[in-house]
Amino acid sequence: MADIALEPRTGRRPIREATTWDQIRANRNWLGFWFMLPAMAFLILFLAYPLGLGVWISFTDARIGRPGVFIGMENYEWLWGDSIFWLSVFNTLLYTTVASAIKFAIGLYLALLLNENMPFKAMLRALVLIPFIVPTVLSALAFWWIFDSQFSIISWSLKQMGLITDNINFLGDVAWARACVIFANIWRGVPFVAITLLAGLQTVSPSLYEAATLDGATSWQRFRFITYPLLTPIIAVVMTFSVLFTFTDFQLIWAMTRGGPVNATHLMATLSYQRAIIGGVLGEGAAISNAMIPFLLAAIMISWFGLQRRKWQQGESND
Amino acid sequence: MTEIPTLPVDVKAVLTATSPTVARDDHSEGMSYLESLPRRMVTLYLPLSLIVIVLLFPFYWMALTAIKPDDQLLDLNTFNPFWTWNPTFKHIYKLLFESYYPLWLWNTMYVAICSTILSILASVLAAYAIVRLRYRGAQWVGGLIFLSYLVPPSILFIPLATVVYQYGLFDTPFALILTYPTILIPFSTWLLMGYFKTIPFELEECALIDGASRWQILTKIVLPLAIPGLISAFIFCFTLCWNEFIYALTFLTSVQNKTVPVAIVNEFVDGDVYRWGSLMAGALVGSLPLVILYAFFVEHYVSAMTGAVKE
Repeated sequence: MADIALEPRTGRRPIREATTWDQIRANRNWLGFWFMLPAMAFLILFLAYPLGLGVWISFTDARIGRPGVFIGMENYEWLWGDSIFWLSVFNTLLYTTVASAIKFAIGLYLALLLNENMPFKAMLRALVLIPFIVPTVLSALAFWWIFDSQFSIISWSLKQMGLITDNINFLGDVAWARACVIFANIWRGVPFVAITLLAGLQTVSPSLYEAATLDGATSWQRFRFITYPLLTPIIAVVMTFSVLFTFTDFQLIWAMTRGGPVNATHLMATLSYQRAIIGGVLGEGAAISNAMIPFLLAAIMISWFGLQRRKWQQGESND
Repeated sequence: MTEIPTLPVDVKAVLTATSPTVARDDHSEGMSYLESLPRRMVTLYLPLSLIVIVLLFPFYWMALTAIKPDDQLLDLNTFNPFWTWNPTFKHIYKLLFESYYPLWLWNTMYVAICSTILSILASVLAAYAIVRLRYRGAQWVGGLIFLSYLVPPSILFIPLATVVYQYGLFDTPFALILTYPTILIPFSTWLLMGYFKTIPFELEECALIDGASRWQILTKIVLPLAIPGLISAFIFCFTLCWNEFIYALTFLTSVQNKTVPVAIVNEFVDGDVYRWGSLMAGALVGSLPLVILYAFFVEHYVSAMTGAVKE
């Protein structure tokens, strides 16, 4: 409200008519516009416009170096009958569900462990986060080496222990390759889930636990009826992010398997890169990546409404 | 537009659990005396050390591979693979003096710093406008920025490639400098909005009455007070840039222009021969800048990360 105080009515000075320039300078809507301009320019030029363009490209037969002609739903019809596309959808769903579920379980467990009182707590918490900071591709390369078909340290150790006789073909075998990329994704995602949930855990008042213990609650009951309900909102947000980023993951797969063996680890993102940039068929690639949008919207809606319901249950306004 | 859900999380307390003020907030002590030491060994220390070992093993393995001589690398029968008695710096030397690696490091650094600075400038203005100017539709714009954070690069890279090509930016660092802010701005705006809200409005009111313009208020009052927030935003943006892969892979083609992640994946494999030593040395050296930055600013980093959830 303070903007209006620019023209004092007290002094001897005659009140000057406010010029258009003054109005533009003082009007908070115009001011807001100027302040928003740089951010909006970036987001419109390189996010909103491409997003729309992507939808348009998926309805054309564009190729690299050649603008496309409108061909209607043809790309989508073609994908509908494409078994590799459906395999990638299946892989993406499998990858997202399994990795997110395990990330959540281990992340929550790790958060509970780190919340205990022990020596070197701060250092441990800092160490745990390192997998999350190191660029995904670089740690994916480390896994590539760990899962190498001939020189894998895991195969070597298992052979030394006498558990297996031949090397495991980690990234060459369909089931193993899927397990390996999911493992790498979990490895990278757990620190984020754990640290964020730990931040949430620290807001839970200890008096609740003390009261519950006096009433004879077991540790499981304390977790189920105190920790879990109080942590629900933060769990919803963390898991939305986790699911979203797992679903649209590209770099881990590309660095580890490039979708192989026999497309067994192709996610929708990697398949769309393969078709659009390597294969040069932009229209089809765009159609594949657009096919992710409904899934993403669903994930966002579920967590959004989950949160709203939660708020309402706690007696806040449901705006 | 509904408010973005706010969560009551005290982020700073997470990693500073040893300081006395935080120890009070850290309620973990309360019950631990109820458990005996052997019990805690099994329920706490054992699982915890297992998880930590698994989380850190790949880095150990990366570092060890980077300094192992080639013959030990591929001969698992005569040498114990978990240790080496004659480390060599050959791989790292070759990496730094006989490859394009320094150039790639420079490219990555250049792109990351430029786009981080651009994004922070834009986000500071946007966040201030949304929080303090409260112009008509500010709520809506805030919500839209939140939504744009959820648009993943793997949907955008195809149309962006054509846009970048049209603008004549293909295979130049500008392709990345101008596209990365779309990932960074939503995040840092969101983070800075949280910081600006904590600055007392009275300070600004006083300045307004004294005749300061909005610009003066922003640069002389708000920004100095928001320095921790700016550092958080800077570190997080920088990390995101360093980590980005799909845009760099799509928009850059010539070897000299690549960034570290893309170059390492593509340039260290001669046909079927993987130069494991150089690969791992490259991955290690490429991670170091971020790990060092992180080591110095752990608290800021974590508050930035959980800031995504907080606000």
